[in-house]
Amino acid sequence: MPSPLSPPLPAGGISQVPDAHGRFGRFGGRYVPETLSAALDQLQAAYDEARADPAFQAELDQLLAAFVGRPLPLLFAKRLTAYAGGAQIWFKREDLSHTGAHKINNTLGQGLLAMRMGKKRIIAETGAGQHGVATATACARFGLDCVVYMGAEDVRRQEPNVRSMRMMGAEVRPVESGSRTLRDAINEAMRDWMGSVETTHYIIGSVVGPHPFPRITRDFQSVIGQETLVFCQQELGRDPDCVVACVGGGSNAAGMFYPLVEHKGIRLVGVEAGGRSSKPGDHAASLSYGNAGILHGSLSYVLQDPDGQTADVHSVSAGLDYPGVGPEHAWWHDTKRVEYTSVTDAEALDAFDLVARREGILPALETSHAIAWAVKEAARRPKKEVIVVCLSGRGDKDAAEIARLRSIENGGAHA
Amino acid sequence: MTIHHDSKGLSSGPLAKTFAALAKDGRKALAPFVTAGDPDLDTTLAVLEALDRAGAAVCELGVPYSDPIADGPVIQASYTRALAAGFTLEKFFEMVRQATGRVKMPILAMVSYSIIYRRGIDRFVDDAAAAGLAGLVVPDLPLEESDVLDVTCKGANLALVRLVTPTTPPERAAEIARRSTGFLYCVSVAGVTGARTDLPEGLVERVKWLQTKTDVPVLVGFGVSTPEQVKLLSGVADGAIVGSALVRRVGELAAEGPEGVAKGVESYIADLVNAAR
Repeated sequence: MPSPLSPPLPAGGISQVPDAHGRFGRFGGRYVPETLSAALDQLQAAYDEARADPAFQAELDQLLAAFVGRPLPLLFAKRLTAYAGGAQIWFKREDLSHTGAHKINNTLGQGLLAMRMGKKRIIAETGAGQHGVATATACARFGLDCVVYMGAEDVRRQEPNVRSMRMMGAEVRPVESGSRTLRDAINEAMRDWMGSVETTHYIIGSVVGPHPFPRITRDFQSVIGQETLVFCQQELGRDPDCVVACVGGGSNAAGMFYPLVEHKGIRLVGVEAGGRSSKPGDHAASLSYGNAGILHGSLSYVLQDPDGQTADVHSVSAGLDYPGVGPEHAWWHDTKRVEYTSVTDAEALDAFDLVARREGILPALETSHAIAWAVKEAARRPKKEVIVVCLSGRGDKDAAEIARLRSIENGGAHA
Repeated sequence: MTIHHDSKGLSSGPLAKTFAALAKDGRKALAPFVTAGDPDLDTTLAVLEALDRAGAAVCELGVPYSDPIADGPVIQASYTRALAAGFTLEKFFEMVRQATGRVKMPILAMVSYSIIYRRGIDRFVDDAAAAGLAGLVVPDLPLEESDVLDVTCKGANLALVRLVTPTTPPERAAEIARRSTGFLYCVSVAGVTGARTDLPEGLVERVKWLQTKTDVPVLVGFGVSTPEQVKLLSGVADGAIVGSALVRRVGELAAEGPEGVAKGVESYIADLVNAAR
């Protein structure tokens, strides 16, 4: 087994992953019940075939343009930059996607794949609800049945998204087991798939899960990084100095980083959910504080107790409230190509306020983690440098929850 | 049924002896599954002794896991109860040590690879062998990922029981059957664990075909709960695995304490054992 500190790079470089077994260095793989093996093989074959078919890419490109609204621009965050007082902060505007986040890139791609495989029923899990909404949207567009599993706690936290999913004809099934969050929603979706695999496709929402999901989701999200490179050339005439994205499971970050990893001059930073503190149970920062382990079908960094039981995690943001992370991030972490850090709930909430008031944008709470880091870092860097933040989603869904948290905070201050 | 004779030492192991003895008596194996630590490990110890008295051939002991994707609601809930009651691997291996000293039926652990990997493959297998376990069933470890555990188990004389499901293509099923040691676990239906009322179509043919692909006995599980089902299965398979139905009974009887649970379980399993011929 390669040393975790200096894994050998594949001959083609750091981007030549995964291998045929779904390995990103030592990470990834496929740890699932035998019942799912055939479906995963089928998915892999269908995906390889689709990639080789120009008609598939053409259909997806047309949808990304006319349905999602791509390409999505790069915006100079002028007043936020002035506030930070250092490097320029630019936003890659994924929040302008139809449905309000990057998730739609993946659900349209996988929806087309499901139809190629002749599957008429789609299941998905969702945390913040953005992937659930994006899945419901794709299913409505394609005429597919849709069931979304969502932790009961998240159903409460992200009510506007639950309403949208139901309006588009999806069935939302609240999950009451375990921690009643994203991790339990994935468990329930996997269980559904165990019994329905011959007629159903599972659209996993992040770069997690068994091979080939981490690769497929990364590829469908890579449009984010590709557009960023093009727009940086157009707007700045060069590559950015630093690119930052939030990391829960890590799909917006993987889509942003993957096209950039061979551009060695670009500093890449993933920001995890630091929660309330660095104590176990208070955060959801798998790469910052976790160990190598297996969760939901792949080997990556996870937050577990010494017996291998998944630990409780916390984040103010439902989309980052997950005890694992995609295996490619584990690979980039161990090869040191990407730096991973974390910011706290409080810092993320402050960043939300800052961007709302100084830029006229409500960013998702997930995204607010990346912004919080960018503002801190910009203050330390010279004005000529450029930091691009992946503005992965819009924060309308979070407005009510933020108001609730603020009122608790204010109540506490007066108590 | 042919007894497994290979160079790996398992032909002389406790599972091979058990199946040979059953074959000699013209009986089939009844293999119950129970969750370790539900509602507590004292009860599990009493249940293991009761299963042994009832004539169970081999027992699968479920190691509770926080995120069991292969299991249905009954077993998942039992895992949650066991973990909430303070289950740890140290206590588990200690209980198994006591149990294997008292019962004659071989005991296997049904355990997620997440747990094995976190403890370390060598350490987990060493602990399992030292506690007297006869083998492991790892429901989330497919063929492609299993080479290291396979070699480690062989080195410790532990069986590594593999699973074949209705969605497994034939060539793959044959390979899994060939590589399974101890016995082969034939999953009767696609889906998660849980008691069902009748046997699925095509099962008889599938079991007969699998028996031509392996030297080890073929046991059928998922959805078995009644003596009638066990009787039907015994006409074709080498044994039947009873899981959720037993776990549900343990849960229902939990309030009556270890002795109460053991008594209820013993009579239920004895009826199933009688049907397994």
